[in-house]
Amino acid sequence: MSALEIRDLEVAYERRGRGPVRAVVDASLSLGHGEIVGLVGESGCGKSTLARAAVGLIGPTAGTIVFEGRELRALDRGARSREAARLQMVFQNPYASLNPRRRVGRQIADALAILGLAGRDERPRRTRELLERVGLPASAASRFPHEFSGGQRQRIAIARALAADPSVVVLDEPLSSLDASAQAQIANLLVDLSHNSGLGLLLISHDLGIVHQVADRVCVMYLGEIVEEGATDEVWARPLHPYTEALIQAIPHPDGQRFMPEALPGEVPDPARPPTGCRFHPRCPLAFDRCTEEHPTLEPVVEGRAAACWLAAERAVKSSAGTAPRAAEG
Amino acid sequence: MSSAPIAIPEEAAVRRRRAKGLLSQPLAVVGLVIAVGWLLVASFAPLIAPYDPLAQDFALTQAPSSEHLFGTDELGRDVLSRVIYGSRLSLPLAILLVALATALGSLLGAMAGYFRSWVDPVVMRTTDLVFAFPAIILAMVVTASLGPNIRNAVLAIVIVAWPSYARVVRGLVLSIGDTEFVHASRLLGSSSRRTLLHDVLPNLAGPVVVLATLDLANAILLLAGLSFLGLGAQPPDPEWGSMVAVGTQYFQYWWMGTFPGLAIFSAVLAFNFLGDSLRDRLDPRGVSRSKHQGVA
Amino acid sequence: MTLLAVDELRVRVATEVQPLQIVDGVSYAVGEGRIFGIAGESGSGKTVSVLALMGLLPHGATVTGSARFEGNDLVSMPPARLREVCGREIGLVFQDPLTSFHPMLSVGRQLTEHVRHHYGTSRADARGRAVALLEEVRIPDPETALERYPHEFSGGMRQRIAIAGALMCEPRLLIADEPTTALDVTVQAGILRLIDRLRRDRSLSVILITHDLGVMSALADDLAIFYGGRIVEDGPAEELLASPRHPYTRALLEALPHPETARGAPLHGIPGAPAQPGSLPSGCVFHPRCAYAIEACSTEVPELRRIGERGLACPVDPFAP
Repeated sequence: MSALEIRDLEVAYERRGRGPVRAVVDASLSLGHGEIVGLVGESGCGKSTLARAAVGLIGPTAGTIVFEGRELRALDRGARSREAARLQMVFQNPYASLNPRRRVGRQIADALAILGLAGRDERPRRTRELLERVGLPASAASRFPHEFSGGQRQRIAIARALAADPSVVVLDEPLSSLDASAQAQIANLLVDLSHNSGLGLLLISHDLGIVHQVADRVCVMYLGEIVEEGATDEVWARPLHPYTEALIQAIPHPDGQRFMPEALPGEVPDPARPPTGCRFHPRCPLAFDRCTEEHPTLEPVVEGRAAACWLAAERAVKSSAGTAPRAAEG
Repeated sequence: MSSAPIAIPEEAAVRRRRAKGLLSQPLAVVGLVIAVGWLLVASFAPLIAPYDPLAQDFALTQAPSSEHLFGTDELGRDVLSRVIYGSRLSLPLAILLVALATALGSLLGAMAGYFRSWVDPVVMRTTDLVFAFPAIILAMVVTASLGPNIRNAVLAIVIVAWPSYARVVRGLVLSIGDTEFVHASRLLGSSSRRTLLHDVLPNLAGPVVVLATLDLANAILLLAGLSFLGLGAQPPDPEWGSMVAVGTQYFQYWWMGTFPGLAIFSAVLAFNFLGDSLRDRLDPRGVSRSKHQGVA
Repeated sequence: MTLLAVDELRVRVATEVQPLQIVDGVSYAVGEGRIFGIAGESGSGKTVSVLALMGLLPHGATVTGSARFEGNDLVSMPPARLREVCGREIGLVFQDPLTSFHPMLSVGRQLTEHVRHHYGTSRADARGRAVALLEEVRIPDPETALERYPHEFSGGMRQRIAIAGALMCEPRLLIADEPTTALDVTVQAGILRLIDRLRRDRSLSVILITHDLGVMSALADDLAIFYGGRIVEDGPAEELLASPRHPYTRALLEALPHPETARGAPLHGIPGAPAQPGSLPSGCVFHPRCAYAIEACSTEVPELRRIGERGLACPVDPFAP
């Protein structure tokens, strides 16, 4: 049984006067215990919306979230149950995710207190343990968030999430606000938590490099849809969806080889008025007739891999990466 | 990231100011001294005042002299003593008034912002209704209809003042309610109500305290204004505003209106200075700087 | 030919706590038609050093040293003349395309106002030039674009418009401060290609400031690595990135994920946090975080030694070939 399953998720919201915008469309993915799944995509692809819906901060318009075999309902007035609280989230902005007025130790102990996971006497010890687990000294507990750097605050946020004894943690761009060094350290911590503590992690990021390094499987999103999914190494080496390929080829390489990344022509369309057929077709170098008329869904192509592209099956057969996208001029 | 180095000097300056405390800001010190001074005067009035404020004398409208430092008024009462006793009316009443308005306004505003649904429109339309009237006019109407005395004046001003707090607090609750630490708190099992009390409200304290302190100044003024118009304190109460009112009728006896007026002026100034310095320390992002109708 | 020669540039900012040395003796040269990269993390002084050249620092900042641009020293130039020189000869592009623009003025108005101010160009001529530049930066339908407002464009488009704006006065030098950091990777690729093409077509010199070494690798001809207000290493970009010699540069490169590294293997972060002005370590600014530091590193400030075309501020030089 997978730890977290997202089935046919749709999140739409109304805009005054104009029609509804479907920020996430028909998205499905599953996350197992001890697994790290990366969710990548660029601005406007809906990955943050998906993350929030996955933990219940937003209610879905359609589809279900199944956590540890039970359907998860969105947050309402009441308190979350202890079982549901085993699904936690770490946010992007380390400066906004901690209450500036309360000491760090109290915030971590919050979960222990609210969920009844530790008695009053036990909480200080447990708080110390959690801080150590994320690589912070026990003395951090008596300090305030503003006394810490971005990377340290992110560790505190992770410790707080761990206090709820989660089986799955969704992380929404946890590394973007950090410098290179802190990114590396937090990424290592996440791998450690997953491999050694058996946590399932859903890592949302626009940084493909980190995701490639850290995630076991990766899902690629474009304009609200998951367009490709599979084991990270394979998706990297042999991307099936043209967008995935474009994404990989747009990453600069810091090796001094003067590699000029490939650009993608056109712009991301307005999610309120997506293109007909395949949402990517206006920018796709391989688009043909069928792409403008019929909308491809995410289908399994080969063992463990899925893609939403009419050409995916063909591309899977080729042994090397498919036709290079038309090099776009700057 | 690239703008960080330029921000550092500013941050360092603010930190330094905080570290040195209130004393580094001369205006705040002045304000504190005056405010504390008046509080002491109010507390020890019977010991300080040379005369009974209500005691009339035959020495009518005497100019300031060694016997009567501030002179006497039209009924022979010592102006200095009346000014001293006046602090026992104006200051505690203003503080009470602001406390009530803050409490009422903040509560309603927080409920409106946090629970939304029907609470929000009801509260907001009520504030709109109050805002439709100029503060002083509304206060006058309320006092006049309930009966002109000091208790009704206070009530009237509370009615006029609470909507500003409601508006500001509602705005703050809406923005804080959407921050990530509040979301995290909900995910950790905190109920809506608990989150409101533990996470949202404590972060409101700063801006609200600043608003309230600045409002104290306005409260004193408005109270004085109502009394000036005969709608607040009634004779023979030594309320500063009514003393100024009488003073305008006796212009040639300048001391009758001037000294109470100076008392009002100094108290208002003191609270303004204090409020400004509190704002720098508690509310650096300047929420309280935005449109706040206040009591005035 | 050197277009800009910076020598011993120092920037000191007076604060209430203590004076902060944000830039501490930086020297470099930007060649004509070449892209000079300034790389560093937050607090390294990279942005401030360039703003100092243009006179754009807040009050309380003291700038010493020299910066010879086309023969004239920018540091000692009177403010009015500096504004003129910078306005005409140097174009600036910042990180956030949204805040670089006035939200209430049309794109056309914002593009044309500088050239009209500095050169007295007529409105018609200025418009013509703006349209031509918008075409050059590949904004579709430039005529209509002039009438629209900044918020109507996407981030990538806005950055292209910002670049067009920076080029309106036909400057010889373009300074781009983290021009692609706020953009998606595919959009970034487009901007990088644009800068590359502009450099080739116009023989434009560029100072490119970024923390992203991948971007440097794509664009920069020469590169200087900033840390703690000083340059720790410099030289031709290709060589420097292929075989870095300063421990900081090497550590920075190693902290980045590599396609070849086994997945799940730990990334090599640099212990500690980047040095910030006001709390700089003694001696070599990097020594507390350096795995190769020796006794002398904590007491002596290393000089930027020239080794052929490269410069290195490290007496230990653990990666010498």
